[in-house]
Amino acid sequence: MKLKFVGGVAAFVILGSTAFAQPEKTECLAGAKPGGGFDATCRLLSNSLQATKITASPMAVTYMEGGVGAVAYNHVVGTRPADPGLVVAASSGSALLLAQKKFGSYDETAVRWVGALGADYGVIAVAADSPVKTLKELIVEYGKNPAGFAIGGGGAVGSQDWMKAALIAKAGGADPKKMRYAALEGGGAVTTALQGGHIKIAAGDASEMVKLAEAGKLRILAVMSEKRLPGYLANVPTAKEEGLDIVWPIWRGVYVGPKVSDADYNWWVETLRKLQATSEFKKEQEARGLYPYESLGADYDKQVREDVKRFKTLATEAGL
Amino acid sequence: MSLDYLWHGFGVALLPQNLMYGLIGCFLGTMIGCLPAIGPINGIALLLPIAYTAGLPPESTLILLASVYYGAEYGGRISSILLNVPGDAGAVMTTIDGNPMARAGKATEALVISGVSSFYGGMIAVVLITFLAPVFGLIAIKFGPAEYFVLMVFAFATLSSMVGHEPVKTLLGCIFGLTLTTIGIDATSGAYRFTFGSPELHDGIEFIVLVIGLFSISEVLLLLEQHAAGVLRPLKVTGSYPTWAMLRSIWWTAVRSTGIGFVVGVLPGTGASVASAVAYTTEKRINDRTGTFGKGDIRGVAAPEAANNAAATGAFVPMLTLGVPGSGTTAVMLGALMLYNIQPGPQLFTEQPALVGGLVASMYVGNILLLVMNLPLVRVFVSALLLPNWILIPGIMLLSILGVYTAYSSVMSVFIMFGIGAVGYLLRKLGFDMAPIVLGFVLGKVMETNLRNALAISGGEIGILFESPLTKLLWAMAIAIVLVPWFISRRRAKQAQPAA
Repeated sequence: MKLKFVGGVAAFVILGSTAFAQPEKTECLAGAKPGGGFDATCRLLSNSLQATKITASPMAVTYMEGGVGAVAYNHVVGTRPADPGLVVAASSGSALLLAQKKFGSYDETAVRWVGALGADYGVIAVAADSPVKTLKELIVEYGKNPAGFAIGGGGAVGSQDWMKAALIAKAGGADPKKMRYAALEGGGAVTTALQGGHIKIAAGDASEMVKLAEAGKLRILAVMSEKRLPGYLANVPTAKEEGLDIVWPIWRGVYVGPKVSDADYNWWVETLRKLQATSEFKKEQEARGLYPYESLGADYDKQVREDVKRFKTLATEAGL
Repeated sequence: MSLDYLWHGFGVALLPQNLMYGLIGCFLGTMIGCLPAIGPINGIALLLPIAYTAGLPPESTLILLASVYYGAEYGGRISSILLNVPGDAGAVMTTIDGNPMARAGKATEALVISGVSSFYGGMIAVVLITFLAPVFGLIAIKFGPAEYFVLMVFAFATLSSMVGHEPVKTLLGCIFGLTLTTIGIDATSGAYRFTFGSPELHDGIEFIVLVIGLFSISEVLLLLEQHAAGVLRPLKVTGSYPTWAMLRSIWWTAVRSTGIGFVVGVLPGTGASVASAVAYTTEKRINDRTGTFGKGDIRGVAAPEAANNAAATGAFVPMLTLGVPGSGTTAVMLGALMLYNIQPGPQLFTEQPALVGGLVASMYVGNILLLVMNLPLVRVFVSALLLPNWILIPGIMLLSILGVYTAYSSVMSVFIMFGIGAVGYLLRKLGFDMAPIVLGFVLGKVMETNLRNALAISGGEIGILFESPLTKLLWAMAIAIVLVPWFISRRRAKQAQPAA
């Protein structure tokens, strides 16, 4: 322990005087097939690194599908724990799976969390012709007749969308276990089912709903962010404004292997810090439907652990 | 109804890279159709992982795979005529009149007549698709979980007409496919089913792994078994081109056969082989006054070829409009869409107009390319018939392993592929058809999650499955497709009795 601390100080001193060590080859691993959220996270990082020329050579994006990131997590911890050039895409969904012990035998402390690259926020929406106009109204109406409001989300029971729905149900005084929740195949299916009248409430993310709301096809009642979001959503109140104390960021970020040295870890943290200040990064971030989200290094590591803890409590409270 | 999608579609289909994929697909399709050892479904199974790993966008992958499919319906006639061995299942009937023509020294005539008929069939069917596809898109939003579930019931009901004479094996194959879909994360509860603690199994059996195992590995094993049989020599391509009068004389035969082929193709569960058989027997009944059918009648060549192309094209209608495969091959293509996170279903047309339009437009282009390939260039494909098995078998094996490994970079997937291949081989030896397995696999998850979602919405009330007009209509269609053929065959049996 003492030795490690001394080493840390030594590294810090050396790093303080010279530039951070840049790994020779950089690679971003997406733990899913191309085209999903992990891929978008890696592309965001790789494209903006290239555009800003912060790294000398382009960053490769590789894929390892399986268990929504579980295979990649196990691979990095077990096979490439000390690879300084390898970062892996993760999201708040990964924290949820870690909380549910669905990443195999490893927990959230098995890797080093580098930083977030942006976030989307949870939203609650209803059909455009719904008589319900505000979140407050919805909670009251739901409490009166839970069976009349089928809720749809883009994930299974226990997923983030399900938890958002469960929080609404709980606020209305209903039992989340008795909630009529349809686990649909992704955000597109949720908005289609809402427009078709098959579900009455949609739990989802801002980026997948905002365009349809703008087109008048559905109504977003509240955004689960600290402050109002920019653009069209500036007209939509936050859940807090509506008296429901929920903030639900869906962050996207990266981690490195557990045996990556402090010097290399710090190089990644600093690189992300520099990158996030550039206009190239902001453009790439916006193009992927992400809002700025500051959480790097030790802060981020702490946040992931807190998220895992929060998800565990929520799941127990909801009766899972 | 607007045909805007088609103009957009031509914009997609005429992009240089998509034209090239169409050309490659048509060439490979004709080749695959021509080789009796492999059919379109094996070809598509082999190409899918390559296209997917190469990062082709979904519309390009679909254009490539589709052109292999209908290209094979062109190519199948070549070996039927020259070898008396059908190149693929849809070309069985072409041997009856095609081979006698070739033996009488009129091979060129038979190849041209059948090529032109294929073109008639393919082209007319594409025009029909063009107008049919948007109609279904209009009702897409009416489909909720309950409607989807009943739609899947309908799709499974169509299986009853698929392999009518062995219903038990069809049913067992289907259940096997359904069982395989239960492996992995359950989409409703998030529970892990049959994963045995292995993260590699969290996402279940990958579609590419299943398809390659069932169609390529088992095919290689079957080929190895037949290897000792030796190579057949094709007949020489001799004789003159047919006259314009001949091509005109087959017009009504081609139109009738296209109509039959298209309808049979659109009906889910039946394919090109049924279509060409029905078309051939119909033409024989109408035209065979002097007993020329079976001895080299050009109409006997034209009818099955127009019909099998129309059927292959028609099979895209249920796939593109309802998300229900019309044949084993379209089931594989639907699976391909799922790889790209594109959910097949009635919303496909409204959500992916460029994909649907691009595919339909590419079929216009593809049929013209195929006509050119199959008339002046037909000799290229004839020489492919001389390809020895010692090149073919290791080639398929190599492509299979490479395809699966590069798509998932996991040795586990390769092992699973071999396991499924061995099971597939055994099942085929026992007379099982592979298509119900694929159908069960592709539709199983959709069916299960929609049933559970429908029941979640209704709070467990089963009535939701019969509530909306659309569900009622779908139930009626499902019942009709099972009962109507049964009634017809019973009536036929009754009619036949007094005569006997």
